[in-house]
Amino acid sequence: MSNRRTFIRQSAAAASALAFPLVGGAQPKAIKIGVLHPVTGALAYSGQQCREGALMAIDDVNKTGIKALGGAKLEVMLGDAQSTPQAGTAEIEKMNEAACAAVVGAYASAICLATTQAAARYSLPHVVDVGVADQIVERGLKNTFRFGPGYRTCAQIAMSNLHVLNTAAGKPAKTVMIIHEESLFGTGTANLLAKELPGFGYEVKEVIKHANPTRDFNNIVLRMKAVNPDIVIPANYYNEYALLVRTMQQQKVAPKAIYSVLGGAASSYKFLKEFPEAANGIIDCNHWFNPKDKRALELKKRTEAKSLYYSYEVFNTYTAVRLLADAIERAKSADRAAITDALAASTFSDHFMPYGPTRFENGQNTGAQPLMTQVIKGDIRVIVPREYREAEPIFPLRS
Amino acid sequence: MNFDILFASVLNGLTTGAVYALVALGLTLIYGVLHIINFAHGAALMVALYGVYGLKTAFGVDPYLALPIMVPAMFALGYALQRGVINRASHGKDENILLVTLGLAIVLENLALLAFKSDTRTIDTAYTLTTVQLGPAFIALPKVIAFFGALVTCAVLLAIVTRTDLGRAIRAVAKEKLGAKLMGIDVDHVYAMSFGIGLACLGAAACFLLPAYYVNPQVGAGFVLVAFTIVVLGGMGSFTGALLGGLLIGVVESLGGLFLGESLGQIGIFAIFIAVLLFRPSGLFGARA
Repeated sequence: MSNRRTFIRQSAAAASALAFPLVGGAQPKAIKIGVLHPVTGALAYSGQQCREGALMAIDDVNKTGIKALGGAKLEVMLGDAQSTPQAGTAEIEKMNEAACAAVVGAYASAICLATTQAAARYSLPHVVDVGVADQIVERGLKNTFRFGPGYRTCAQIAMSNLHVLNTAAGKPAKTVMIIHEESLFGTGTANLLAKELPGFGYEVKEVIKHANPTRDFNNIVLRMKAVNPDIVIPANYYNEYALLVRTMQQQKVAPKAIYSVLGGAASSYKFLKEFPEAANGIIDCNHWFNPKDKRALELKKRTEAKSLYYSYEVFNTYTAVRLLADAIERAKSADRAAITDALAASTFSDHFMPYGPTRFENGQNTGAQPLMTQVIKGDIRVIVPREYREAEPIFPLRS
Repeated sequence: MNFDILFASVLNGLTTGAVYALVALGLTLIYGVLHIINFAHGAALMVALYGVYGLKTAFGVDPYLALPIMVPAMFALGYALQRGVINRASHGKDENILLVTLGLAIVLENLALLAFKSDTRTIDTAYTLTTVQLGPAFIALPKVIAFFGALVTCAVLLAIVTRTDLGRAIRAVAKEKLGAKLMGIDVDHVYAMSFGIGLACLGAAACFLLPAYYVNPQVGAGFVLVAFTIVVLGGMGSFTGALLGGLLIGVVESLGGLFLGESLGQIGIFAIFIAVLLFRPSGLFGARA
């Protein structure tokens, strides 16, 4: 029979039972971070590669959790930018609603430009993993941090190294043709090159733009045949890069060098495996890991164990997430403003990229640099700079 | 710009144009007989391309060997769509048909988006990179096969329309529906057959196209615009017009791409479209109204 006392007793017992997990659990609250990439659409391959890199980094961070927050785990919220800036922006809205502490993404420059701006409205820290267009970090957005190099740095390093290689070989190359994709990344890179190459003594014969996707490069390659440049410089994403080089092979066009600046497939193990002949000898100035760092090679093994290719998307996004985790550790908080401050003051150096300790200036990591690689004897080898060199460059490919 | 490169570009345009012609043939047949402006034509091509893609990836069927599967399958789809959906929903009114085909296109594209996402997919075959040398030009083997395949398909279609009882019935219905009905022709059946044949052309086009092209849910849009231009250029309902118009447009597009760059290259197509509408509205081979 129930009376007032037993009711109180039972209620108290029930209440304490309910309250117990809250009091006794002491489980630190997980920190939600957004991982946003174009995993469908024209850039799906690259977007999925980025996502895999991010997920591996989150696994690694979660082995110990964020120590300063009692081992709090990172909880991932995945987003799909569908290869368009609009869809990317919509995902940022969702990530803000879901109270994400920070966002890592969003691969393509045009998408990053939109997502960083959308995130800035909510003071949501945004680590840019690839997005090479320099406009991304030049708008004074306090929330935006790019760990890797921008296209101006890449183009300048590529141009001065081209000049060094060409001079050492007795200046066999005089003319250049640039082929680029139509969005921000390709157009911006091509403009930089076209403007500055004449200063190094090269004649830019032609600059050709193409759409994403393009499934027929015959016209462009026919034009290349007519122009007959010494050096072909492609700046585009994987599918188009691969098709362009294959069409050149079909049409038997063989310039003195294919010298890529951020070439989508130029330093890609996937391209190398699928089209070893087409890939042979290609030089690229692109994101690359320190080939002498064991951790980079371990991650390569892990990636390959998942039957994935170890592409720049994987290791760039991997390190971008590690940078963010490090900042949360330094901030000792999951608060957006605290993370932003920690990123801005970051000296993150526990990574395998050839950047040295991190130092951000207006959101750009000042130590970030690309490496020059060349496909030599069926492998991708670093040729420049000397401290990372694995093989001597072969230039020109054909006299 | 020397002759070799021009020659290669023209050949490249002809091979593309042949496939355009195939797509346009289906469209012109449907227009000539049914007087339907089929907005779902591009979406149907997309469905056919996914069919070829699926057969290759799931069962390893070579795209060219998929022809005997895809052509009847697309024919059956077309027949069923005309009898089951378009005819029923239109209640004999042309403006309804227009809306029904537009609706069909939207539904098909979004179903594809749901099933396959917006990824661009391609297939790789042993002969994808093989080239054929024609004088100074190198043409990809799949494009050469597509060219001749498209010509053969056009010939078969012409033979059907000019030589068979079905063809006579189709032409009779196109000319005079009521008269044809009085002569004992099953008009609904002929309508559905025409729609079926129109889509069967797309089945063939998809098989020839995919080895050198790609598929995504929006792939049809680019073709349907070009195909409409060809139909107008050749003359509504004219098969010869569609074939020659297709080849012409292919060459114009290719040369435009060569001289004006990939982005501006298509301008030639639409300049022709406008010029034809202005100066010869019945098209090059169309009957004068």
